[in-house]
Amino acid sequence: MKAPAFAYVKPASLAETFELIERYGEEARLLAGGQSLVAALNMRLAAPRVLIDIGGLREFAGINVMEGTLAIGALTRHRDVERSPEIARHLPLLHQALPHVAHAAVRNRGTFGGSIAFADPAAELPACSLALDAKFLIASKERARRVAAREFFKGLYETAMEPGEILLAGEFPVLESGYRSAFQELARRHGDYAIVGLAAHGRLANGVLSDVRLAYFGVGATPVLARNAAAAFEGKAFSDAAVSAAQAALEHDLEPSDDIHHSAAAKMHLARVLTGRVMAQLAGAER
Amino acid sequence: MREPAEIMEVKLVVNGETISRRVAVRQNLVDFLREELGLTGSHFGCEHGVCGACTVVVDGEMVRGCLVLAAQCDGARVETIEGLSGNGALADLQRAFHERNALQCGFCTPGMLLTAAELLARNPRPSREEIRAHLSGNYCRCTGYQAIVDAVEAVCRARREEAAS
Amino acid sequence: MKSAGGPTAASRTPNYIGVPLPRANAKRLLAGRGQYVDDIRLPRMVHAAFVRSPYAHARIVRIDTTEAHVPGVLRVITGAEVAGMCRPYVGVLAHVKGMRSAPQYPLAADRARWQGEPVAAVIAETRALAEDAAQLVRVEWEELPAVTDAETALEPATPVIHPELGDNLCFERRVDSGGVDEAFARADQVVEATFVTTRHTAVTLEPRSILADFNPAERQLTVWHSTQVPYMMQWILARHFGLSEPRVRVIAPDVGGGFGLKIHTYGDELATVAAAILLGRPVKFIADRLESFVSDFHARGHCVKARMAVSKAGDILAVDVDDLYGIGPYSGYPRGSANEGIQVANLVGAPYQQRAYRARSRAVFQNKPMYGQYRAVGHPIACITSEGLVDLAAEALGRDPAEFRRRNYLPADAYPHTLVSGLTFERLSQHEALDKLLAMMDYRRLRAEQAELRKRGVYRGIGLASFVENSNPSSATYGQGGVSIAAQDACTIKLTATGGITVASSINEIGQGGYAVISQIAATLVGVPIEQVKVVIGDTEVTPYGGGNWGSRGTGIGGEAVFQAGKALRANILNFVARLTESEASLLEIRDGSVVEAASGAVRMSLEEVARTAYFQTARVPRDFQPELTVTRSYAQKTYAGTYTNGIQASHLEVDVDTGFVKLLRHWVVDDCGTIVNPLLADEQIRGAVVQGIGAALYEQCLYSPEGQLLNGSLIDYLVPMAGEMPDIEVGHTCTPTATSELGAKGAGEAGTAGAAAAIMNALNDALRPYHARVFTLPFTPERVLRALGKIQ
Repeated sequence: MKAPAFAYVKPASLAETFELIERYGEEARLLAGGQSLVAALNMRLAAPRVLIDIGGLREFAGINVMEGTLAIGALTRHRDVERSPEIARHLPLLHQALPHVAHAAVRNRGTFGGSIAFADPAAELPACSLALDAKFLIASKERARRVAAREFFKGLYETAMEPGEILLAGEFPVLESGYRSAFQELARRHGDYAIVGLAAHGRLANGVLSDVRLAYFGVGATPVLARNAAAAFEGKAFSDAAVSAAQAALEHDLEPSDDIHHSAAAKMHLARVLTGRVMAQLAGAER
Repeated sequence: MREPAEIMEVKLVVNGETISRRVAVRQNLVDFLREELGLTGSHFGCEHGVCGACTVVVDGEMVRGCLVLAAQCDGARVETIEGLSGNGALADLQRAFHERNALQCGFCTPGMLLTAAELLARNPRPSREEIRAHLSGNYCRCTGYQAIVDAVEAVCRARREEAAS
Repeated sequence: MKSAGGPTAASRTPNYIGVPLPRANAKRLLAGRGQYVDDIRLPRMVHAAFVRSPYAHARIVRIDTTEAHVPGVLRVITGAEVAGMCRPYVGVLAHVKGMRSAPQYPLAADRARWQGEPVAAVIAETRALAEDAAQLVRVEWEELPAVTDAETALEPATPVIHPELGDNLCFERRVDSGGVDEAFARADQVVEATFVTTRHTAVTLEPRSILADFNPAERQLTVWHSTQVPYMMQWILARHFGLSEPRVRVIAPDVGGGFGLKIHTYGDELATVAAAILLGRPVKFIADRLESFVSDFHARGHCVKARMAVSKAGDILAVDVDDLYGIGPYSGYPRGSANEGIQVANLVGAPYQQRAYRARSRAVFQNKPMYGQYRAVGHPIACITSEGLVDLAAEALGRDPAEFRRRNYLPADAYPHTLVSGLTFERLSQHEALDKLLAMMDYRRLRAEQAELRKRGVYRGIGLASFVENSNPSSATYGQGGVSIAAQDACTIKLTATGGITVASSINEIGQGGYAVISQIAATLVGVPIEQVKVVIGDTEVTPYGGGNWGSRGTGIGGEAVFQAGKALRANILNFVARLTESEASLLEIRDGSVVEAASGAVRMSLEEVARTAYFQTARVPRDFQPELTVTRSYAQKTYAGTYTNGIQASHLEVDVDTGFVKLLRHWVVDDCGTIVNPLLADEQIRGAVVQGIGAALYEQCLYSPEGQLLNGSLIDYLVPMAGEMPDIEVGHTCTPTATSELGAKGAGEAGTAGAAAAIMNALNDALRPYHARVFTLPFTPERVLRALGKIQ
């Protein structure tokens, strides 16, 4: 199970990276942490002609907080996000989610940008980005642009990035006062991709919930922001009735399909169970 | 602009020794260690990043050796079970694994030891659940994992006692 | 250990039998200094990769290898070429009446009969190049309808995989005591269920590995092979390649797990040997994980319809069993693929009084990977069936499952006891094991806690599973069927010049502790410090003949050969010293490497002196006396088909009734494997076996499309048990040594797997009882639990 032959290059600058991308186009793949790509190469599920290792662009690694925005460079490793005090303080949702990302050895190598750009629908970080209303900074040789997470995940392993574009960073609004996050996923074994997971973020003031964002993952081709379910909590206190309404509303938000281990019905059911549990966690209630 | 190549020169430090080699860029790090350097203590159990048998340390962090290309390690510092056995870094863990028979066929053992070592370096007081969780990316088909958890727990205790005295 | 006349270990010092010593040979594994097949590199060594069938069933119209001949590729070998070098094989045992299969070739020549069957081998300078070229071999296929459902395999509309056999039946076994229908007719209660196990596979962490080297000048074949059975492989390679058997050397270096996976014949491995013969240079083949999933032998996959008749008084009156399972497209070679079903038919209800018993088991061919023996062959299925029925019956009668078991166990004075199937139990310790288990787990307290928690909406379950497990098999298993798989093992012990011993044994190390067990027995019986023992194993050229590691026989059979060899060497040494010192052998002993007077402990001669005298200073040896300081002894268990072990397991778990997730809280095992040579090793081996049973219960299954495509053939999608979800497992023992040997050891390696899944199934159904929900299809996924609970339709 050896990777097929390819050529490798490690550019020293973004400009050089763009030149390489331009030259090799679709035949090239970007290599960041490699935790999905190298596995795919070993299994011969991917066979690029050129691998462009962007691991040398250290300026795109790191966490910066500025004017209400926390930026995570695309090459920031999962372990650095996991251990970052800024993340713990400003983005508790990510802080909660990171330990669920694969296993420690993979987090040591895997990058934030790699996970976002790979857009696995069962992965944690795309869903968290959705729940937190993040924007992604994307650049091509010609221009840079920002795409909101909700516009970014287009389909199965498919994103809004155009050929020639690179993901440079994720930008997150820092936690505002009154806002809370909660995260849970159901995986059969520690570190597995979840059957269903839920990243939730919202405001709780005087016992009243508002601006709730529920991002489910493992339930379709992309992570899904469940607007109908979230609406069931808008302006309400956490209650069994609100949970039931949200659970019922999920019908209109999610369209899970069967995977090899679980039926769509099981996924839908589990998504509903998680709705209650995660919202209870968010609202600080024991349940 | 650099030119992509299928073969490239890498220079890295493996177990303290500076190594220069021309490598096929498709070769992963563990293949490189095994085939080019004869360091066969890191094993392939799955080659798709799941089993942990290929665990090695790159620049101080344990990684899946099958998910890293040798080419990516140009300039890196790599440590393997051979090096970490030689310098005594794993001695107490190895002793505890031995005493509790926390290995049977031994194929997972180098990866298990390196994974345990990282946990201990970060968290001197892990619970049994934390030990189990941290080791949960390393597959062992022989033991019931219990002897491994016991061994790691015993080393934590011993290191704490030593630090206290 | 028991006293059996003559010198016994218990009366001697030092006694290493029963001592939890760390394994001497584990240290190099801990330092990354093991040597597995893939770690060996020979000059001019090349690598094999295989082209495999993408279809479960297809005709090979044409193979075009033109494009594959790229630089670095030495040879592309197809089925016809290998078939011309290697005699075909048929996996039937002559003494298993009615068993059928068809000739099989290492590489498919005309038709591929499972997805993953090898059809061509590419030999190249590196594995990567071989894989590159394998992708360039063009095979034109004509897909054929596949047989993928055991339930319909025998229906007339289903295609027949081997038309010459007439239908897809490989084997059927029936057992009938008579009186079953009558017993059901008069029963107070009848319980029934269908127990389904899905196919799973051994997933040794070290995949199948072979390195073959052929020297044409001598026609000498040497293979380094990750195998449990060097001598079986020597016989197979010699026989099928037409080589002189003594010129075939099989070396098993460090073996990264076996579990029954590495006791079979694999076409890709034979093709690797063929390549080495063709090229006259070493060829290595290491199965990668993806090809392992579609080329390793699989196991289980039974559907057992079973019912049990009981009386109001609480007695089991009758059991009726119908087992159907799908094997691969051929019966496995050389052991056959019928043993799982044979064990199911033999052993359902076996721990209990079988007043009336009837069983049928049928094995049918399918277009799925090869199928056969994997740890605890058939026993887990028999145990799931028995113990599932027992719990259903206890519930139907409103009895406590522990007490219901106790009432129905074979009476303690009933041994030896012969089952309806004809198997004989030498002696079991079920009552004692049950008592011990209930005490270990504090059964009553757990029951009280369970009731308390239920009121609070916490659903915990307690499940018991009594098991029996075959060990120390006689030649009834294989040898009588005409295949050369030794039922015997042997040991050669040599006193070295400085008073140490080297111990060569026909059993191997596959991680189970063979090396340690051999050292401990030999050191004890000869009377030397264990540091003075060197064990030699895993090489047909230097070890005496024997069966190797399978069927829980290593310690029981191989260990007894060591025991006898050690005893004989000791006697030879004492006789020699008695003659030299004009003493009586009966007044002497060997202690700690020296011959001493038994009464006073005074040293007469050190073993180094003994060796020096015998080897170098032969002038001191009386002319009419020849000391024999190298001895070989052999042993085969001939009294019973197997010496059955027994025991009981318990699982304690909690079900999340909203998600269907099962959390294992704790697991207990009481096992009776007779004399234990090293409890440290035995206990963790039992735990490892339990964890494989947990895998069966909660995680492992090979999922197939209707066309026979494996859907989860990677370690990402095939779930094996990992540390995070495993409970602590408490192990206890009862000890009933077998009287068939002096050592008294029975097998310990498989029993954990035999009983674990049944205990979990019963615990889960116990937890779900308030919901009147039950699950009998393994693995117990959240999906299945939710369906049983009616939470999803």
